Amino acid sequence: MSKGIFVVMEQRYGKVQNVGLELVGEATRLKEDLKDDVVAVLLGHNIEGEVAKIFHYGADKVILVDDPMLENYVTEPYTKAVTEVIKAFDPEIMLFGASSIGRDVAPRVASRVKTGLVADTTGLRMAKTEAELAKEAEMGNATPERALLMTRPAFGGNIMATLMCPRTKPQMATVRPGVMKMIAKDETRTGELVKFDVNFTAEDMNVEILEAVKSDKKSVDLTEAKLIVSGGRGIGGPQGFDIIRDVADALGAEVGSSRACVDAGWIEKDRQVGQTGKTVRPDLYMACGISGAIQHVAGMENSELIIAINKNESAPIFEVADLGIVGDLKQILPKLAEAVRKYKAAKANS
Amino acid sequence: MKIVVCIKQVPDTVEVKIDPKTGTLIRDGVPSIINHDDKTGIEAALQLREQLGGTVTVVSMGPPQADVALREALAMGCDEAYLVSAREFGGSDTYATSGIIAAALKNIGYDLIITGRQAIDGDTAQVGPQIAEKLHLPQVSYVEEVKEATADYVVVKRQYEDGYHIIKIKTPCLLTAIAELATPRYMSVRGIVEAYEKEIKVLGFEELKNDLELDMIGLKGSPTNVYQSFTKEVKGAGTILEGLSADEAVKAIMDKLEAKFII
Repeated sequence: MSKGIFVVMEQRYGKVQNVGLELVGEATRLKEDLKDDVVAVLLGHNIEGEVAKIFHYGADKVILVDDPMLENYVTEPYTKAVTEVIKAFDPEIMLFGASSIGRDVAPRVASRVKTGLVADTTGLRMAKTEAELAKEAEMGNATPERALLMTRPAFGGNIMATLMCPRTKPQMATVRPGVMKMIAKDETRTGELVKFDVNFTAEDMNVEILEAVKSDKKSVDLTEAKLIVSGGRGIGGPQGFDIIRDVADALGAEVGSSRACVDAGWIEKDRQVGQTGKTVRPDLYMACGISGAIQHVAGMENSELIIAINKNESAPIFEVADLGIVGDLKQILPKLAEAVRKYKAAKANS
Repeated sequence: MKIVVCIKQVPDTVEVKIDPKTGTLIRDGVPSIINHDDKTGIEAALQLREQLGGTVTVVSMGPPQADVALREALAMGCDEAYLVSAREFGGSDTYATSGIIAAALKNIGYDLIITGRQAIDGDTAQVGPQIAEKLHLPQVSYVEEVKEATADYVVVKRQYEDGYHIIKIKTPCLLTAIAELATPRYMSVRGIVEAYEKEIKVLGFEELKNDLELDMIGLKGSPTNVYQSFTKEVKGAGTILEGLSADEAVKAIMDKLEAKFII
C-alpha cells in the first residue's frame, strides 16, 4: 500500500530552500490525520550537510540522492531521480514547491508515473467529513480516508477550487513558496537517513548547460519579510516610494508594490506582491494607495495584520484590512515614520 | 524547420466578474484572448522562421469557438492551424490535455514545439512539460531569450528566481515561453484577410484515438477531479476609520502596531 507524506526538497547552490522546509511543516500537520511518516527527498551533489536541518524542521526520514548529475537543476536527471524514488518507496502523497524548479519537474514526474498533479495549491487537508469520504469513494478511491484534498486559486484568484486525485498514486501537488508555515526548529530532533542511488546514464543529461549564473543583484525575498509596507498607484509616481521607503525604514520593513507600479516602471519587479508576483504572509502588511484588485489580495490576504490607507472609501482593499484609514497617505505616512522613530527611541531609552 | 506553437484561448481574466447572487463566474460578454505567454510563443516562432526558414503551425485544443484564436494566430503570420476538438476531450485536466495534444502533435509532426509557460485562467504551467514527457522530448521551460538557433539545436536563456542558465538543447525539443521572450506583433490587414481564406484543420477523437490512452482522457479519465469550487470567503470585517486628521490616523495606526507587538 502506498505510504508516506513525501516532500521533494528544493536546493539551490547546495542550500535547502525555505519552501521545502515549509512543506515539511505542512506535512507534519497532515501527519496528525494520516499518521504516515514525513519523508523528505533531497537531490543534489555533496549536500549531506543539509540533512540535519531537514530533521530539525520535522522530517522523520530523509531520502538522499547524491550524484554529480544532480549538481545543477536539469529536468531529466531530476525527473528520473524522483521517479525512481516513487517506484522504490510508493508514496501516498508527494509535495513540491511551486517554484520555477518544482513547476518544471513535478509535471514531468506526474506524467511519467501516470498520476494527477494539482498546481500552485494554497491549502491541503485530508478528507474527513462524510461528504468528502463519500465523494472520494464514488470517484473510485479505494482508501478514501487516506485521500488528500487540495485547494488552489483559479481565474486570477476569483475562484477557489478543491481537487482530489482519487484513483492514482502518489497524490501530488505543488505549493507556492510562502504559503505554508515551517514548524519551530528543534535542533535535538533527528531521523532516519536513507541514501538512495540512481543509475544515471550519459543520455539522461539530454541538454547541455553552457553557463549557470546566480544573479549578483541581491534580490529581495519578500516572502521572508516579517513586515512589509507596500505602495500602489495611489502613491502618485516613482517618487511616492520615497515616503514608502521612509516608513519601511522606520519600521524595519521591506518595501512591496502592487502590479500597477511595477508595470509603470516605478519599482523593480521583485517587489511585486500578488497573483503574478509574490505570495506573502508577514506579521504586518501595510497597503498604501493600493486599491486591492483581487490579484493583489490573493498574494497578501493571509498576512497577520493588514493596515490599509486609501483616499477612496470604497476601495476593495478595505474588505480585507484589519484597520482601514480613509485618508491621504502623503499627509499620514511622513508623520507615521516620525511617530515610529520617536516610539522606538523612547523604548530604547527606557 | 517545422515549428509548432500550442496556444490556448482564455477569458481576459482581468475582466472576469463574479455574480454576487450565485457566486459563479460571469462569462457572458467576457472577451476571449490568446493566452499571453502563448502569444509570446507565436512571436518567437515567427522570428525563428524568419531566421531559419520553414513553417509555423499553430495548434489549440478547445471548443469550436477557439478557432477565433487560431485565426488571430494566422493573421499574425502563422502558416497553418489545427483545432483539436471533440466531446470526448471535454473536462480534461492537465494530464489528459497533454496526452491529447501530444497525440495531435504526433499527427502534425514537429521539429520544435513552443508553448506558453502557463495560461492565465488555470495558471498551472503543467501542460507544456507534460506534452514533452508524452513525446519523450527534452524541454526547457521559462525561456526568456533564444541566443542561437540552427536546424539541429537551439541555445536559450532559462530564467530562475535567483539567476539563469544558458542551455543548449537539440531538436526536436519543447520550449515554454515567458513574457520576456518576445513582444508579439500585431495582426496585419493582409494577414487578417488571408487568415479567413485559410482552412483550420480539425483533429477530433477519430483522428487521434490510435495515439491516445483512451482511459486517460476527458472528465472521466482525468486523474484529478474537482471536489468543489467556491468563491473566497471574505475575512471578517476590520475597522474602517474615516474623517480623521493625519495625527489621529497616525495615533490609530500606532495603537494597532503596539497592540499587535509590531513595534
